[in-house]
Amino acid sequence: MSVPGGSTVRGAVRFADTFGRRLGGGTIGSVPVVLGLLAIWAVFQILNPHFLSPRNLSNLSVDIVGTGMLALGVIFVLLVGEIDLSVGSVSGLASALYAVLNVNLGMAEPPAIVLGVLCGTAVGFVHGFFTAVVGVPAFVVTLAGLLGWYGLMLFIMGTYGTINLNDQGLVAQLTNYYFSDVAAAYALAALGTAGYFLTAWRGVKRRRAAGVPTRPPAVIALRTGALAVIAFAAAYVLNRFQGLPLALLIFLVVLVVLDYVLRRTTYGRMIFALGGGVEAARRAGINVAWVRTSAFMMSSTMAAIGGLFLASRINSVSQTSVTTDLLMNAIAAAVIGGTSLFGGRGSTWSALLGVLVIQSIASGVALMDIQTAVQFMITGGVLLLAVVIDSLSHRAQRAHGRA
Amino acid sequence: MAQPSAPPLLALSGVFKRFGAVQALTDVELEIHAGEVIALVGDNGAGKSTLVKVIAGVEPADTGTVEWRGHPVHIGRPHDAQHLGIATVYQDLALCDNLDVVGNLFLGRELSRIGVLDEVEMERRTRALLATLSIRIPDVRRPVVSLSGGQRQTVAISRALLGEPRLVMLDEPTAALGIEQTAQVLDLVERLRERGLGVLLISHNLGDVKAVADWVAVLRLGRNNGFFDVTTTSQEQIVSSITGASDNAVTRRVAREGEL
Ligand SMILES: Nc1ncnc2c1ncn2[C@@H]1O[C@H](COP(=O)(O)OP(=O)(O)OP(=O)(O)O)[C@@H](O)[C@H]1O
Ligand SMILES: [Mg+2]
Repeated sequence: MSVPGGSTVRGAVRFADTFGRRLGGGTIGSVPVVLGLLAIWAVFQILNPHFLSPRNLSNLSVDIVGTGMLALGVIFVLLVGEIDLSVGSVSGLASALYAVLNVNLGMAEPPAIVLGVLCGTAVGFVHGFFTAVVGVPAFVVTLAGLLGWYGLMLFIMGTYGTINLNDQGLVAQLTNYYFSDVAAAYALAALGTAGYFLTAWRGVKRRRAAGVPTRPPAVIALRTGALAVIAFAAAYVLNRFQGLPLALLIFLVVLVVLDYVLRRTTYGRMIFALGGGVEAARRAGINVAWVRTSAFMMSSTMAAIGGLFLASRINSVSQTSVTTDLLMNAIAAAVIGGTSLFGGRGSTWSALLGVLVIQSIASGVALMDIQTAVQFMITGGVLLLAVVIDSLSHRAQRAHGRA
Repeated sequence: MAQPSAPPLLALSGVFKRFGAVQALTDVELEIHAGEVIALVGDNGAGKSTLVKVIAGVEPADTGTVEWRGHPVHIGRPHDAQHLGIATVYQDLALCDNLDVVGNLFLGRELSRIGVLDEVEMERRTRALLATLSIRIPDVRRPVVSLSGGQRQTVAISRALLGEPRLVMLDEPTAALGIEQTAQVLDLVERLRERGLGVLLISHNLGDVKAVADWVAVLRLGRNNGFFDVTTTSQEQIVSSITGASDNAVTRRVAREGEL
């Protein structure tokens, strides 16, 4: 276990070690994305002074929600080491189903929403069945889904063309409603910061009581401080426009809840276990087929929810609602944010970071009135960079482990 | 040694296992008593790991009967074996690379309240267990992918000893270990025997086998090929039984008589 040789060797090993761990770890692994995001914002702000205006940032915070919901689901599938190419089509299918039921067939909104979301869940079950039970590679199953569910959506939409949503309806309100009272945004910022601090502090106390090493309190103080700065700055900016967007609130709540599920529950542990070693998980008695299926169900359910937000944003559903870059953006967001394509590493926060990067690029490009061609090229480059970092950290970990 | 009247901890008979065209196990029988160390030896591909997986419920037998402390049981899934108190260290370790040491130790049997993990208690027990086994792991919160081969093996071994197993199966547990750590594992095997556990130890190192085992069971091409008392059997006899150099009815008979 001890490393023979001079202290230089030991120092180098320790450095390589911490570096590998940082690349591989959860929160510290997001440092490159955060820096990248700041760089993108700085560049666009220099090119166009409206970029960091409250209006643009507020719009950005609503624009990220639809794709962000899709990315949240994709993260579950990536964590178990699979892929889901159908999320774009499923989001379109769910919103089409909702719109036809509600607008055209006159069903009340709540049941129409529930049916749209459950339709996503059922689709995920089908994908999971063919992948986990029959054993067809997820790539092919969800590619079939990409075509098939898109076809089903066209079929449902068939005679209706474009369906305009009721602009006073629940779905329309998802992205139209703002808590204009300035207290709302600040309250959320305060609640988030206090929540983080109290959980962390309670953890420290429990660990001390049990006699296990704790994270130094200084780290907690530092993180709480950083979180407070970001949260209150965001609240300030949002309040300078129309206040806290309902969509953003829902997105953050879902993100935090899913983060808790992944990191703190036995279910989340099973998801990670599958990504780290299917055979090991199986031998530990984990029902691999079920956990894998559930990941696809999460993915499709979140895609359906995301579809409703996307429909809400344009207040309509049409046959062109499903664009190919929606799928690409959802997967790219998860990966850019730091969730590994190799399975077993990642967190829900990567959905937020990744989608912020992608939407920032889109919004910056739109502001400057450049062609979308440029946007695609930039986003492609960023995605490639993210995948390279992912692969290198994956390899560094392996290499170190075998040494 | 166990009293003659006590039923064996585990008794297998007539175990068959086939993988496609490969008949991995043919009519295998094996008895393990509490407080005994049985070494399972045989050439590469003899079926040792397959037998371990059959007992662990990972690759259930095609046919065969299993008795646990005198009662017939069915082991069809890993959970069945876990509930009986059978713990296994697999040859390939079966660790989840991305999980930390604590996560791997408790994988599949996490401490939780209404589905919420009790990380603090799991970490406390992990540290306590590693301390009693005098295992040094730099950081139990580190993903096991970043540990050395030997450290990973010690993690896999401690994983098997968590909880209160009655039978511990170790599939080449010392393969990646240094001299010191190998000695520690052999000491550990002896401690398990003293605590009255049954131990099934697979090893290619006959020196180790002679040092700790009470009995040696030989597998050859998926069949039983002798069962020897370590104290009265020479290494040459075991070797010839493994390689089949003197594979005939007489030696098998002698071996059986030694067993009774
Ligand atoms: N999952 C499997 N699929 C197909 N064949 C298998 C499988 N597992 C084992 N076998 C075959 O069964 C036979 C016994 O393999 P096993 O792993 O039990 O050998 P072993 O005695 O443990 O060998 P070693 O000393 O090399 O570990 C081999 O011929 C092997 O190829
Ligand atoms: Mg083997």
